Amino acid sequence: MGVGIEVRGLNAWYGKNLALKSIDMTVAANHVTAVIGPSGCGKSTFVRCLNRMHETIPEARAEGLVKVGEMEVYGDGTDPVEIRRRIGMVFQKPNPFPTMSIYDNVAAGLRLNGFRNRKQMDELVERSLKLAALWDEVKDMLHKKSGASLSGGQQQRLCIARSLAVEPEVLLMDEPASALDPISTSKIEELIFQLKQHYTVVIVTHNMQQAARVAEFTGFFLMGSLIEYDKTEKIFTTPADKRTEDYITGRFG
Amino acid sequence: MLKKPGDASTLKLSLWRRAMNQAANAFAIGAAVLVIVPLMAIFVYLLIKGAGALNWAFLTQTPKPVGEAGGGMANAIVGSGVILGIASLVGIPMGIGCGIYLAEYGRGRFGDLVRFTADVLNGVPSIVIGIAVYSLIVLRQKHFSAFSGGIALSVMMIPTVARATEEMLLMVPNNVREAALGLGIPKWRTTLSISLRTASAGVITGCMLAFARVAGETAPLLFTAFGNQYWNKNPNQPTAALPLQIFTYAISPFDEWHKQAWAGALILIVMIVAAVAAVRITTSRGSLKGAS
Repeated sequence: MGVGIEVRGLNAWYGKNLALKSIDMTVAANHVTAVIGPSGCGKSTFVRCLNRMHETIPEARAEGLVKVGEMEVYGDGTDPVEIRRRIGMVFQKPNPFPTMSIYDNVAAGLRLNGFRNRKQMDELVERSLKLAALWDEVKDMLHKKSGASLSGGQQQRLCIARSLAVEPEVLLMDEPASALDPISTSKIEELIFQLKQHYTVVIVTHNMQQAARVAEFTGFFLMGSLIEYDKTEKIFTTPADKRTEDYITGRFG
Repeated sequence: MLKKPGDASTLKLSLWRRAMNQAANAFAIGAAVLVIVPLMAIFVYLLIKGAGALNWAFLTQTPKPVGEAGGGMANAIVGSGVILGIASLVGIPMGIGCGIYLAEYGRGRFGDLVRFTADVLNGVPSIVIGIAVYSLIVLRQKHFSAFSGGIALSVMMIPTVARATEEMLLMVPNNVREAALGLGIPKWRTTLSISLRTASAGVITGCMLAFARVAGETAPLLFTAFGNQYWNKNPNQPTAALPLQIFTYAISPFDEWHKQAWAGALILIVMIVAAVAAVRITTSRGSLKGAS
């Protein structure tokens, strides 16, 4: 099951450059929450702070309170590796492990975390590929073909399956469909809709129609600040802030 | 102005382009042939000169005393194998470790120092490395050994392997590392099981280059392995090696030994080719269709 996320006073830096300014946000469990905003507004930085991927970039750091379920993400003695295992991430560009077979790609997270049970691994791989709606397309070549030989849309679903295999509680998606064609995009969107039954999903997107289609809640970021955060319907029909209105009506960004 | 197809000037342009294309192709093919010709020439020359002295005894017997016909280089063939084995066991893990440090952690001053040192070490004449190992190990132990020979060769392998590993790891796209870290795989695991694995084809090529380069080295062995005319099973004792044996026989005044030196050179090249081919075949067997 998914868990909720509590963010209070989150700041993030790249070197001396403040990229996120005191963000407060509450993400509901088992719902899809979209993060929108113009390029460079900090929306990717925001989701990367939630699973401590932000700090893997040299000179980048973050502080503040982030609670995922009962877990204090930036607490003393919290292991970022454990955080990332429990909060899965799907990236903008499909990034399967190029030298691994389809099966090994999905099993990688389990195997490299010390999971050994063969039979259970087979089941988890099959379950994850089915959840990611890829199973029927690849079931006959799991061990024969490399993850990199799939099409772009299939690769992205493979990456989703790979994230799901380690059974996270939250799934972060950083523009998961922006490199894909419309058919693959609609497949991914359908999939996101299914996934919220089991996971809490936070999705960054450039595409406002996409946010409107998949998300119950939407947050609008501008220049490192969260301007407005509400039900998606409210954001797109009667936004409270002038800047939100300007952005969604296409007056800038 | 954009040229329309069928225009006289377009036709001329395409002729010129086709000619340039052919010239570039010819140049590339010519360069490729130039690479193959010296290797083939050496190999054929060795076959002509060395094949005559090559027989079963050459591969199975130790050298005969001066003036006696027959005998072989079996001890040198085995000795070379032992010395190269030691060199690879020491040099390849250290080189790969150093390359991982440079690619994944070595962005600061110390990394630059290591990089610079590796490049200088790569240019140090092999005889100097032999003398250094002689004074550091052989003088202290008070005897020559296959160990010291292996160490001298491993010192020569490390910079090549390290720089090749670094270059190959830097070519692994960062989003592959991010994918692994995002799955909750620890950094060390990510480096070994994801980045190094993705770069493995290039890293193996680097190791093979380093191996092939030191396999024919004579100078660093003169002061370390020293050479030997008998069977020696103890790697802590002076040990024969093919390049040493070839050197000794080639500068001798005996016709019989000259022939054996040619045969030894032929065996040395065949051994290197066989080792490289064996590694290539075993490492490419696991690769997948469509893997990039």
